[in-house]
Amino acid sequence: MRNTYIPYPVSIKEVRVETEDKQLKSFWLQFLKNEDAQAFNYKPGQFAELSISGYGEIPIGIASSPTEGRDLLFTVNKVGSVSSRLHNMKAGDIMGVRGPLGNCYPLKEAQGKNIVIVAGGFAVTTLRSTMNWLLHPDHRGDYGEITFIYGARTPGMLLYTEEWTAWQQSGQAKVCVTVDREAPGWSGLVGFVPTVTGDVAPKPDNAIALICGPPIMIKFTQPVFDKLGWQSDQIIMSLENRMKCGIGICGRCNVGPEYVCKDGPVFTKTQLTSLPQEY
Amino acid sequence: MSHKILAKDKLDAFLQGLCRDQDLFAPVMKDGKVGWAPVTTAAEALWEFSNSELSPKDFFFPQTECMMRFKNVQGDPQGMIMQAEPALNKPRVLLNIRPCDAKAFQVLDMIFVQDEMTNDLYWRDKREKTTLIGLACNDPCPTCFCTTVGSNPHGTTGLDVLLTDIGDKLVAESFTAKGEALLKELPEVTRQDLFQAGELKKAAEAKITSGVAVDKINAATVMELYDAPLWDRVMESCLNCGTCTFCCPTCHCFDIQDETQGEAGRRVRNWDYCMSWLFTMHGTGHNPRGTKKDRVRQRFMHKFKYIPVKRGGEIGCVGCGRCVQLCPVNIDVRKVVNDMNA
Amino acid sequence: MEAIAQKIREAAKKLLSEGKVDVVIGYAKGSVPMREYPYFAYTPEEAENLTWSSFCCNNLALYTIRRPGRMAVVAQGCVSRNLVNLINENQIKRENLYVIGLNSPGMVDRRKVQALFPGKTITEVIEEPEHLLVKGQGFEERIERKKFLRSNCLTCVQRNPVISDELIGQAGPEGHGGNIDNVAAPWEKLIPAERWAEMQETFKDCIRCYACRDACPLCYCYVCFVDEAQPQWCAKSQDEADVMTFHLLRAFHCAGRCTDCGTCESACPQGIKMRRLTSKIEKDIRELYGYRPGMEIGAQPPMSLFKPNDPQDFIK
Repeated sequence: MRNTYIPYPVSIKEVRVETEDKQLKSFWLQFLKNEDAQAFNYKPGQFAELSISGYGEIPIGIASSPTEGRDLLFTVNKVGSVSSRLHNMKAGDIMGVRGPLGNCYPLKEAQGKNIVIVAGGFAVTTLRSTMNWLLHPDHRGDYGEITFIYGARTPGMLLYTEEWTAWQQSGQAKVCVTVDREAPGWSGLVGFVPTVTGDVAPKPDNAIALICGPPIMIKFTQPVFDKLGWQSDQIIMSLENRMKCGIGICGRCNVGPEYVCKDGPVFTKTQLTSLPQEY
Repeated sequence: MSHKILAKDKLDAFLQGLCRDQDLFAPVMKDGKVGWAPVTTAAEALWEFSNSELSPKDFFFPQTECMMRFKNVQGDPQGMIMQAEPALNKPRVLLNIRPCDAKAFQVLDMIFVQDEMTNDLYWRDKREKTTLIGLACNDPCPTCFCTTVGSNPHGTTGLDVLLTDIGDKLVAESFTAKGEALLKELPEVTRQDLFQAGELKKAAEAKITSGVAVDKINAATVMELYDAPLWDRVMESCLNCGTCTFCCPTCHCFDIQDETQGEAGRRVRNWDYCMSWLFTMHGTGHNPRGTKKDRVRQRFMHKFKYIPVKRGGEIGCVGCGRCVQLCPVNIDVRKVVNDMNA
Repeated sequence: MEAIAQKIREAAKKLLSEGKVDVVIGYAKGSVPMREYPYFAYTPEEAENLTWSSFCCNNLALYTIRRPGRMAVVAQGCVSRNLVNLINENQIKRENLYVIGLNSPGMVDRRKVQALFPGKTITEVIEEPEHLLVKGQGFEERIERKKFLRSNCLTCVQRNPVISDELIGQAGPEGHGGNIDNVAAPWEKLIPAERWAEMQETFKDCIRCYACRDACPLCYCYVCFVDEAQPQWCAKSQDEADVMTFHLLRAFHCAGRCTDCGTCESACPQGIKMRRLTSKIEKDIRELYGYRPGMEIGAQPPMSLFKPNDPQDFIK
């Protein structure tokens, strides 16, 4: 029997500063043991606890896709003591990963459907995972149109620029990336995510939408979908709450009877409307 | 499984058998309070008492528990490799545990052990290595309400053996193979003894005069209960302290923290409580349960709605009444639940 | 007691029906014996639930902190002193406060009463002028009230309210005859190792539920030092050093502010005697600075004030 509180040891393979404010860094992690890599079977939408001994653990969405190989990608915002410590670590350093945790986006159920992805700020992480998974040659044929709407405050705050540029160029998906205000050197869309979503006007027929972003973005994006005729069970969202155990025991991340760490983090809008807004 | 007789003058011999290869614990009187301690003789243990002031949950879920250790040396790759704390090295017996507390552990089993991932080996190891010998309550307190939340003063859920004091002897009933083995050498019970134990059970049940009703709670939706007006009143006097959660046999929330001292490092879990505003505080400063009302409501909703929804109707309360006795501002769970059920 | 309770109810009903206050904060009868609880009456009808007995052990000043609107508070000596403290510390405004003052008869320590009947359940306690009639399953005993007072009530020096807008009943004697210095004095004879041993003994049962802090009207910090995460002053584990750190630092934070109301001891589920610590601090503040907290509006607490001639012999 595996002790699911014990993290798998991993080494940091690569560190990249993602944003101009240097608050976000990406870490590629490599398992030290092959059997751990084998055991870590994950799907887009799941998260893991990053563990740094002496500091603790933080739950972070997995930004890589299993289609990219065995290494894991995490993009971490510097807020507390664990993330600050992690930001000071470098390639070659050893740390721990515990997971995969939580449920995943309903990509299997969405086969044969059009998929609309709406992301704001650094909540794009698990949606990067999703895009890579969907666009993989093994999966792309299972889905209809794929629309990717992504916004950040400034061009310098956009994550994964090389990748979404490549998705755009491949013609495999409709990619709409926007920034809040005009910026020098920026020739793409300008405007808030809800506005851009309204302009793109994704059709609800045979489709699901995955929405991830700051509360304010979610608040104003939902009415756009409502107006376009989308039903609540077509809207999928991912929640964040403070967590410790990550496996549905320790009691702090629950939203009503649902534990964000175990029953979530992915919920449909239908589910969320019958739950307290404790997130 | 089997019904035997344990004569009171044979108790020491029985306890000696229990302590041979195991650690034996029982409720004892310490500084005027009933608490749990190691015992070896029947005289040290209490046989007439209401219940321990705090629940015995810390036998399985200690207030502070080291989960794993690491070497606290920066730059040493070994320092990041966690070593799990060894399992319990000796089996244990909890003697004279009350049926409500045994029932609580069964509720917690459903939470600590759910599937391959939610499989708390720390809890599980101690549970599997511990034998529970219950002592039926012949004299429930006015604050007891076990019969209205699915338990019973003579309840058997979660126990290996239940002892019922019928005067000069105890009726011992086993429910597991472990329990049966303990009673193997004891004489068979008579029909008269069984009858007497049955009468005591009925009398004990009759003594429980207060209770809660949950039928309307079960029928209501989460949001109906969540938005009910009662919480504004319930929260008023609440101190948001940890008394109710720490004395409760089913409260099980915890925090995980790393602690270092020199080169020694450990990852520990500590009891935590939903009454604390820090409990749910995000790193960004946003707090999903930011008000006293949110936190007070969470505790009652968790026990009487969220756990039942998730665990097939099982209530997260066993009616032991400890919180009723210890709450510094007399927030009485019976009143709160009956208001929820109104 | 019942006569006083009736007068409290009348005063509360008048205040509420005349719209002078939004709420009257008093005590109501608990669901278990010897445990009255803080009660908030918003209407004259609700004021009927107010009571007064030997078991009004919570300090109601706590509930005035950061509470909007006009409120009336039932205040015996210690509660009124804490109200004064809160006014002096700019936590509440005098003009938002209506003090229903009354002389404290001294509250009874339910643990002392329970200790008379070990292992037995007390089902009812009836108030008589000088006695309590204690009833339980198969027993009934009349006990002398003043022998069972909380230890802080025994050493009380201010049973009458220091401020009041209305006095219920008569003013009475200020003390019960005890001397707090006798509680504090043992520390002075102990060498440091013995003091540590005394500390260990005093706090060995602490479960860190923080009921003492949360019941205390002095502990209104938005973030208590013990809860701070960055930096973390105090670890969360049941470690003796951390438990002691909590109690010692809390006591020092209350230096020159503690009115010895005893609500910490009454709230503690483990029966811990915090006053062993706070009494010594109270004595020191009184002897060094000639100051008793909460006696006068406008007084400046010595620990928030610097004077060139402050005593400093104890700084080593």
